[in-house]
Amino acid sequence: MAGETTMSVAERPQLSHLRALESEAIHVMREVAAELERPVLLFSGGKDSIVLLRLAEKAFRPGPFPFPLMHVDTGHNFPEVIEYRDRRVAELGERLLVASVQESIDSGRAVEETGPRASRNRLQTVTLLDAIARHGFDAAFGGARRDEERARAKERIFSFRDDFGQWDPKRQRPELWNLYNGRIHRGEHVRVFPLSNWTELDVWEYIAQEELEVPSIYFAHEREVFSRDGMLYAWREGVELIPGEEVFSEMVRYRTVGDMSCTGGVRSRALTLEEVVTEIAATRVTERGETRADDRVSEAAMEDRKKAGYF
Amino acid sequence: MTLDLLRFTTAGSVDDGKSTLIGRLLFDTKQVFEDQLEHVAEASMRRGGEGALDLALLTDGLRAEREQGITIDVAYRYFATTRRRFIIADCPGHQQYTRNMVTGASTADLAVILLDARKGVLEQSKRHAFISALLGIPHMVVAVNKMDLVERSRERFEELTRDFEAFAERLGMRARAGSTSDSTEPGGSGRRAAEVTYIPISALEGDNVVERSAAMDWYTGPTLLEHLEEVEVAYDHPSETPARFPVQWVVRPASADPSHPHADYRGYAGQLASGALRRGEEVVALPSGLRTRIAGIDTFDGEIDEALAPMSVTLRLEDELDVSRGELICRPEESPAVARELTADVCWLNERPLRQGGRYVLKHTSRSVTAIVDGLADCVDVHSLQRTPDPAELALNDIGGVRLRTSAPLTFDPYERNRRTGSFILIDEATNETVGAGMLARGETDDPSAKPA
Repeated sequence: MAGETTMSVAERPQLSHLRALESEAIHVMREVAAELERPVLLFSGGKDSIVLLRLAEKAFRPGPFPFPLMHVDTGHNFPEVIEYRDRRVAELGERLLVASVQESIDSGRAVEETGPRASRNRLQTVTLLDAIARHGFDAAFGGARRDEERARAKERIFSFRDDFGQWDPKRQRPELWNLYNGRIHRGEHVRVFPLSNWTELDVWEYIAQEELEVPSIYFAHEREVFSRDGMLYAWREGVELIPGEEVFSEMVRYRTVGDMSCTGGVRSRALTLEEVVTEIAATRVTERGETRADDRVSEAAMEDRKKAGYF
Repeated sequence: MTLDLLRFTTAGSVDDGKSTLIGRLLFDTKQVFEDQLEHVAEASMRRGGEGALDLALLTDGLRAEREQGITIDVAYRYFATTRRRFIIADCPGHQQYTRNMVTGASTADLAVILLDARKGVLEQSKRHAFISALLGIPHMVVAVNKMDLVERSRERFEELTRDFEAFAERLGMRARAGSTSDSTEPGGSGRRAAEVTYIPISALEGDNVVERSAAMDWYTGPTLLEHLEEVEVAYDHPSETPARFPVQWVVRPASADPSHPHADYRGYAGQLASGALRRGEEVVALPSGLRTRIAGIDTFDGEIDEALAPMSVTLRLEDELDVSRGELICRPEESPAVARELTADVCWLNERPLRQGGRYVLKHTSRSVTAIVDGLADCVDVHSLQRTPDPAELALNDIGGVRLRTSAPLTFDPYERNRRTGSFILIDEATNETVGAGMLARGETDDPSAKPA
């Protein structure tokens, strides 16, 4: 453009990419609060939902959150994560609902898997959908990101679930500019992902920047583990080992927090946030590829679970 | 590390190598993870691959896409260099999926239009360029791909550059509703034309994508990545553009709990769509017209003196006004247009066509109103850029000028000046689907010499 001076990248006043992403996420959360009637924030104690909580503070303080928090509890959580969850919620002074997979099993709504590779991961879908229906939630915030996995790369920020809780990838609404259409019919709900454009590294850098506390399992610690399918699983009472598998002690940390039955740890020496960030920046395997057995079932595992109503 | 953020689209025909280009960008900047590479290696082999890694497979995500080998929906990819962080909106090439391309293009700072050096400027390339220009993407890169298949010929590259330029010139003048059809002077509609850069590449072999081509030494311009790292992003120069603050959410702790410790607090939360606001400035809330001063600008991390787009902040105002969601706060001397009768270019995104008399919900910034279609002014042929007057309807993937009447006034800028306050979506009241994407034309009271945002 003639007549305009062009500043170099270094000179221009600008928001850092983290601040730009943060602002976008805050905008998304406020839109949901304004346009939907009964939102809920799904809080697992994992790093992404920890960031979501901080974003909710930034969006709504000094007022209260216009929604409760909800944890879909498989019963197979790391105790450190539950302790963290309860402490953080108390600090915030916000309301926590716990939807229990165990109760779904007890009431016959969900059937426990059996065998050494049993997990309650898929069962969470039933518990989640039942809780949404019971409380009449019309919007649920989740911490999912598009860089996590191939099916998520295509998902909108406002992602619709029909009255069966199902996701249809072929019929996603066009999402233009920052104009979100949250209109739904009774019985439907929308999943909202404010962290859609954040990468794993962004999340950790933000946690460091904001000095957020995270559960201790994210840092290197000694744990009794066994190796299966190329991953290191935590050993606990009642776990069925396959012949040939042994339990041993190893320094591991968790990159992601699913339930214990399907989340693997990675060997690590990273004891502080800075060291974790450095390890991740140098990493050669995606977060989910390294540690989530639930994604390995087939190439389209996540897509299939989402079609059935998963997070 | 302070990086800024650039969003760009990639669009191209099925065969002209767009997915390979993205795979190459990710691969050469070392953003591709080992497990992703493994997946791709296995899939390349299953496809009957000859051992070479099919980089395009890095980006096909959905089961149906992988089975058919094409891209159905827009996919988002993320990578960073030491200078900048990038978001790629990888858009489908088929006409059938125009609505997905429009989605990706709406927030993009730059569009990469891919040409196959052997095939030249195809209809799909023109359509992608047109949509990019219409959606106001300020920078365009024409990447002439598969140069390895035309012997990296300079003549061929220059020929295609000339072909595309002929088309691009017309885009600058014709791609906007409200411009007269016989306007031949550049910028006749007051619109800043997209800046276009031409780069000869081979995504397959890697020439000029990240690494400079050793074999095309006649080309002295930037590699694609160099260009991506250098271009201006959307929100530079905030002091030169009018401030626009749509009120999104009113923070009033007392309304939930009158005994709340911050019961006295009242703040107006939102994201600055453009420009900058300072504490103490005189502002007006539109369309109500209430005037006041900014008493303070709050964030969770404390008060600040100045807010710049695209920050999300909370404004406190000196007077006890009843400003609600949907109102726009700005400086009185920089007011936008306020009107209930509007002209806009609309991309139609739904199988049920748009017709005169149609009634929709219109969402603009944080405001929703009802809109009725008073008339269809014209329909654009995206290849010839001719506008045919008085069409009977706009069908799926059509783009045309539409006259609308709204139930309450909108405060807006023409889209060519401000993408945030000049855009809207139309929603079907019965099905709740987003059916149209709209870009507002200049209102009658507008000052044509004002600078674009």
